Amino acid sequence: MSVVFELGEISLFGWGALRGFFAQRSRFAKLTLGIHEIGVRCFPIIATVGLFTGLVMGLQLYYTLVKFGAESALGTAVALSLIRELGPVLTALMVVGQAGSAMASELGIQRNDEQIDALQTMSIDPLGFLVGPRLVATLICFPILTAIFDLIGIFGGYLTGSLLLNVDSGVYWNRVFESVTWADVQGGYIKAIVFGLLTITICAYRGYNTHRKASFPGVRGVSESATRAVVWSSVTVLAADYLITSFLL
Amino acid sequence: MDSFLKIRGLKKYFGDKRVLDGIDLDVAAASVTTIIGKSGIGKSVLLKCIANLLEADAGTIELDGQAISQSRRSAHSDTGVSFSYMFQNNALFDSLTAFENVALPLREASKLNKVEIQERVDKMLAYLELSDSADRYPGELSGGMKKRVALGRALITKPQVVLFDEPTTGLDPERKFSVFEMIANYRERFGFTALLVSHDIPEVFEISDRVAWLDEGRIKFFGKPEDLNTDAQSALSGFLSKANYGPKSSPLNGGNK
Ligand SMILES: Nc1ncnc2c1ncn2[C@@H]1O[C@H](COP(=O)(O)OP(=O)(O)OP(=O)(O)O)[C@@H](O)[C@H]1O
Ligand SMILES: [Mg+2]
Repeated sequence: MSVVFELGEISLFGWGALRGFFAQRSRFAKLTLGIHEIGVRCFPIIATVGLFTGLVMGLQLYYTLVKFGAESALGTAVALSLIRELGPVLTALMVVGQAGSAMASELGIQRNDEQIDALQTMSIDPLGFLVGPRLVATLICFPILTAIFDLIGIFGGYLTGSLLLNVDSGVYWNRVFESVTWADVQGGYIKAIVFGLLTITICAYRGYNTHRKASFPGVRGVSESATRAVVWSSVTVLAADYLITSFLL
Repeated sequence: MDSFLKIRGLKKYFGDKRVLDGIDLDVAAASVTTIIGKSGIGKSVLLKCIANLLEADAGTIELDGQAISQSRRSAHSDTGVSFSYMFQNNALFDSLTAFENVALPLREASKLNKVEIQERVDKMLAYLELSDSADRYPGELSGGMKKRVALGRALITKPQVVLFDEPTTGLDPERKFSVFEMIANYRERFGFTALLVSHDIPEVFEISDRVAWLDEGRIKFFGKPEDLNTDAQSALSGFLSKANYGPKSSPLNGGNK
């Protein structure tokens, strides 16, 4: 029961933030800051994790496929698993680790320091001002970050598969382009958007409501909010992934 | 007396702790009312209830004849009375410079253009002797400077009602005097209604039209500063004499006893 209530509250929170954003002044400047926080600053970690994921997949899948003499299918296997599953999921988890936890603690500190109350007394909508730009930035950044993750991952698969092991590079890329359909890309895009909205809303919600949700006041409350934000949003990503996948398949 | 801010039977509990237990208060338009009382007695809680940041458990608050709604969305946009709040701990945005902090309410919620905002904020900072620190962040300012930035932010919008929570605590005597002077000046120029919490007795009485003494969850004294009776053997005179107000007695040998 309380879970249902909480879900409703989180949805209203996210909706209020999105709606509030469009009532804000200088939206472009605010959005730029949000894109910097969620997009630009997450790029290095996304690129790194994408590369290593691709490298490892190249190795693992190669040794599995070679048992069946099917190593030429490496491109297909790497590309599809990245685009359909690993890309959106790992991107979301990485952004949660990089931007989500920071955002939850920042909002928690602002709550404790009465900065959020101060906005309210200045007739500035705190949700639209603090959370709105980040949510809109999420809509823009998550698909792009996911696409970057996928591309770098596929390239990583090529590095191990073709350069280190002996899959023909023409065959690898051919398989990649042949097997990936528009539906796969679309599915990945939907996942990126959904995961982005879920994770960033949950992280913001936990930080913003530190005073109501945390079991400790002060600094410990903020750290609790940040931890909970990361745990909740990570679990939510995996659960949502299962749901969306079962709908898409 | 025509009351601009009217509080009746205001109650606020935290769990079973009764912080405000039936506050009645009338504040006249364009007057300065100072709330005094012991630390932890509920002065800040009272201001927050008026600012709609805390939801009261009972009672009504009327501003200019209109009830302050219990919706916590945005403070007082519904009454049409412009209003600002100076927080006891300043509540400045630490990722914004002193200038940006003062400019924030103008940038986000006024019709002024960039040039007008720049002009007005520069003037305010100069008035507060903060021009040299305009580009510094709150983390790089001293406690007293932060207080003055917060004061600037509260007054920059020329509000009709200002709630000041200890605007002078932690300032040196000279600055303390100049802050009080500034509040008095602004009141004269813009005619705002001020509710002030202060421990700076008796200096604050200079600029106060009325004094309200908060004790045990109620307003136990309300009147002009000169009517504060310091001779009677009461809890109030005890409190005042410990603040070095009234009959000379050392705070160390028990005040009124
Ligand atoms: N959010 C809260 N939750 C629980 N108790 C609170 C809360 N805020 C204030 N209190 C309690 O209410 C009482 C009044 O606090 P308040 O901050 O109003 O004191 P004050 O009169 O402003 O004191 P000071 O002069 O030291 O600022 C205190 O006993 C405090 O413990
Ligand atoms: Mg206080």
